[in-house]
Amino acid sequence: MIRADILKEIIPIISDKLVVSNIGLPSQELHMLDDQPTNFYMLGTMGLASSIGLGLALSQKETVIAIDGDGSVLTNFGTLPTIANNVANNFILLIIDNGSYGSTGDQPTYTGGKTSLAKVAEACGCDNVVECQASETKEILEAAIQGKKMTIIVSKCQSGNIPVPVIDIDPAVIRYRFMEEIKARN
Amino acid sequence: MSITQNMLNAMVQNNIEFVTTVPCKQLSGIIELLEKDERILHVPSNKEDEGMGLCAGAYMGGKRPCIIMQNTAIGVTINTLVTLIQYYRMPLPILISYRGEVGEKVQCQVEMAVHTKALLEQLKIPTYHFHEPKDANEFDGILNHTFMAKKPVAILTDANFWSSIS
Repeated sequence: MIRADILKEIIPIISDKLVVSNIGLPSQELHMLDDQPTNFYMLGTMGLASSIGLGLALSQKETVIAIDGDGSVLTNFGTLPTIANNVANNFILLIIDNGSYGSTGDQPTYTGGKTSLAKVAEACGCDNVVECQASETKEILEAAIQGKKMTIIVSKCQSGNIPVPVIDIDPAVIRYRFMEEIKARN
Repeated sequence: MSITQNMLNAMVQNNIEFVTTVPCKQLSGIIELLEKDERILHVPSNKEDEGMGLCAGAYMGGKRPCIIMQNTAIGVTINTLVTLIQYYRMPLPILISYRGEVGEKVQCQVEMAVHTKALLEQLKIPTYHFHEPKDANEFDGILNHTFMAKKPVAILTDANFWSSIS
């Protein structure tokens, strides 16, 4: 399975949830497959999906799912100690770990080599760290949503992308409709 | 009441409820007060771009944010300021220790000080500079202006300011 296959499987359970989606192809795939005002698409700023997600979870009541990638977590490693030490039980960090920088031509990342993000997250003090195979992601994510405990999921999948259109929504509109949805739910 | 406490009170008056910090020696007093202040959630960050990500999330969640950091972090945060805070039109007061100005003891800090205002000007970030204790009287108005404008706004606080009020 590649990232888009995981997204297709989890869309039924994340469609009505607040989702912060990583820069590049992950956001573009989610936008093409299931555009919702509850999706915050990152159009730039590699690495900060988990930080935006945590800030959002700490500031309101609804469940927040940040969909991140291995390359982005590697570029913002400082996020893991911050997450570990500021527990938000409405926060789920789903790291889709395909061992590559998908949006830039599938260059390998170190998680395809010796580095385990799950072990790093645990060493940083994160509780409820689950590493799983791509095919198990839906079930584990569903359990995490029901469990109402901050959870880090590292979903190991194959490298690969599907053709997607660019996101032609103004960033201020993405932000505005996301905030209106959050206001209505809190 | 101390000027530092007044600055925190101005944050609360402007409904700031979420503050992230990366420490600086000049900022130790305000960070200590902030940590004790139950009116504001203090979430220390490891790097300032990460901190701005936290602030963006807090803002969208309905809590007004602020980041407190050193001017050396302007180099770290340029991309985040441009492609997240400015691009999505988010307000963010940035309280900055302006290291490397007159009174500085660490020579290396001068190297970033000479670029600080030029970088902020290049980024079109409204910038205010606290040099004398009385300058802090503007803090309340600057915060109000930041959330009205929905822009990042820099408040530079130099060695003379902090040594005069401590």
